[in-house]
Amino acid sequence: MEDVISQGLIVGILATGIRLATPFLLAALGEMFTQRSGVYNLGIEGIMLMGAFMGFFVTWRTGNPYLGILVSLVVGALMGLLMGIVSITFKAEQGISGIGLYMFGWGLSGLLFRLYVGAITAIEGLRPLRIPGLSDIPYIGTIFFSHNWLVYLAYILVPITWIVLYKTTWGLKVRAVGTTPEAADTLGVSVDGIRYQCLILGSMLAGLAGAYLTVGQANMYADYITAGRGFIAVALVYFGRWSPLGILAGSLLFSMADSFQLWVQVLGISVPYELAVILPYVITIVALAVSFGRVWAPAALGRPYERGTRG
Amino acid sequence: MNNQIAKSWFVQVLILLGALAGALLIGAILLILAGSDPIKAYSIMFTGPIGSEFGLTETLVRATPLLLVGLGIVISFRSGILNIGGEGQILMGAITASAVALLLPGWPKVILLPLVLLASCVAGGIWGGIAGWLKARLAVNEILSTVMLNQIALQFYLYLIRGPLIDPQEVAYGTGVPQTAMVPEQVWLTRLVPGMRLHTGFILALILAIVVYIFLWRTTIGYRMRAVGAGPEASRYGGIRVEFYLILAIALAGAFAGLAGAVEVLGVHHRALESLSAGYGFSGIVAALFGRLHPLGTIPAAILLGALILGADMMQRAVNVPAAIVMAIEGLVILFVVSSDLLLRKPELLTRIFTRYISTRIKQTKEAGTGV
Repeated sequence: MEDVISQGLIVGILATGIRLATPFLLAALGEMFTQRSGVYNLGIEGIMLMGAFMGFFVTWRTGNPYLGILVSLVVGALMGLLMGIVSITFKAEQGISGIGLYMFGWGLSGLLFRLYVGAITAIEGLRPLRIPGLSDIPYIGTIFFSHNWLVYLAYILVPITWIVLYKTTWGLKVRAVGTTPEAADTLGVSVDGIRYQCLILGSMLAGLAGAYLTVGQANMYADYITAGRGFIAVALVYFGRWSPLGILAGSLLFSMADSFQLWVQVLGISVPYELAVILPYVITIVALAVSFGRVWAPAALGRPYERGTRG
Repeated sequence: MNNQIAKSWFVQVLILLGALAGALLIGAILLILAGSDPIKAYSIMFTGPIGSEFGLTETLVRATPLLLVGLGIVISFRSGILNIGGEGQILMGAITASAVALLLPGWPKVILLPLVLLASCVAGGIWGGIAGWLKARLAVNEILSTVMLNQIALQFYLYLIRGPLIDPQEVAYGTGVPQTAMVPEQVWLTRLVPGMRLHTGFILALILAIVVYIFLWRTTIGYRMRAVGAGPEASRYGGIRVEFYLILAIALAGAFAGLAGAVEVLGVHHRALESLSAGYGFSGIVAALFGRLHPLGTIPAAILLGALILGADMMQRAVNVPAAIVMAIEGLVILFVVSSDLLLRKPELLTRIFTRYISTRIKQTKEAGTGV
């Protein structure tokens, strides 16, 4: 009897962990491109909040979660463009402009929520997409193949982003612009152009990560629903050393700890709620601390590109 | 020479006001999109804080924590370490101040008040110092660690005011509002205007602004901290212990934020309660940036921002526009201010844009002239 409970518990923790990794994966893989191109987008928390709200809002009004997701992508792209104007064209200090973007997204999502919704409202979000055959395998099926399609998409993006980054011309340009922008510029690659593309792509994925929280997971919107996940995603890019596989490992480590913490609460083990919630944030700091040791980073990260004096 | 300084000051203020105007303009567009009348909303937002004794004093009440947090931000940003952890440091300072005051209720004011203020500085300083140590020793990005420390501090704070430190009366009556008991009356900060909330904490903040100015520009330690901020590698060659000054800088920033938390408890609420820090940790950054990272510039910036935040509260009550808009506007202010830095660094850009615009205009008029 106890055996059954503990087996069910382990399956529960793993299945939840697989699901919870989705927003981290989406946002961190996007941020990986942004940072690889040499731009540091700290504002993805704000973008995720706007994506979460718009995804929720459009789904609530139209009843169509796909439309909600589409709008969250557009909103993400627009906020990425804003960040680009500030930090690429105007060459602003990226750490600070990221905080500005974060506050903007936080304030705006709060404003829109209070104006148009007001109270916690449930929506019908994405349904689980059970993969025929595979989802019937005992344990494995529940853990891996009983989620909604955004979860599968996040995992499929890991090999796709790897191929794009390492095996395509565009990926080569991204890496060149992030490490030796002067050389890339000499060869006729538009440094700022590539950076804009990466920033907008990363921001769209952040918007999608936000939409996953409301449309794919909670089926509602609450104030500050991201609860620091955007910042954690940035930390995961460091922890994963700017590679898709590293980010996958980090996201899973993180989401499994989070899932464990949630299940501990469900089982009613007497740990104060607040202290259990702290766990993921402590792990993030520890993960950043242990990945220390002159880690490789894109050489031009955080450095706006300025051409030498022109004629 | 003097003329040049005056001119650069004038240009700086002009660019800052331009940045504010730009942010407010986008805010107005947001208001229109939100279906509100921006002129009506803004007129309440701007006239409310200056229209009455209440408005004026309450503006300064709001400005006090902003100024304190902002001063810490000035120290840390000048030293090249970005402190985003104000929010958590405020809470750690506030809860420590409350706990110390509640533990020693019978102690006389002359001992207890300095002790409480010092304890809050130490608590905030340690919370900031952790991030500094992580950066100096383990190369952990301080922006990320301070954001995580914010969340940890918030949960810890909520745990304490819901559990171990909750007001016994709340438990006895079964209301269970998460807040501590009232701190003993002898540590309350004196109110300056009868019937208003303005307290001596504002004067303390003003004095500290001058102290920070002297510290950063007239002492060796301050000079070294600014040197570390301007060029860590060069400072290292110059024999400055960069790691030490990084930790010191963010610990001081934490101490200032912790003090802001204590001042909110002792001056405004007289207890630690759930929504103690209304985003002051972030607004303090805006105040410091808008004050051009100068301690004395932060004074008017904090007051201006205090008025903006109060005005947004008044607007919320009058025309039902959520006060959350002020956070969005503050974010835009940051974006505009950091963008305008380019113009300050390269003033020739301004003239280039200007001449290009003028020359095309002249060309166009000429062409138009020949066309006829």
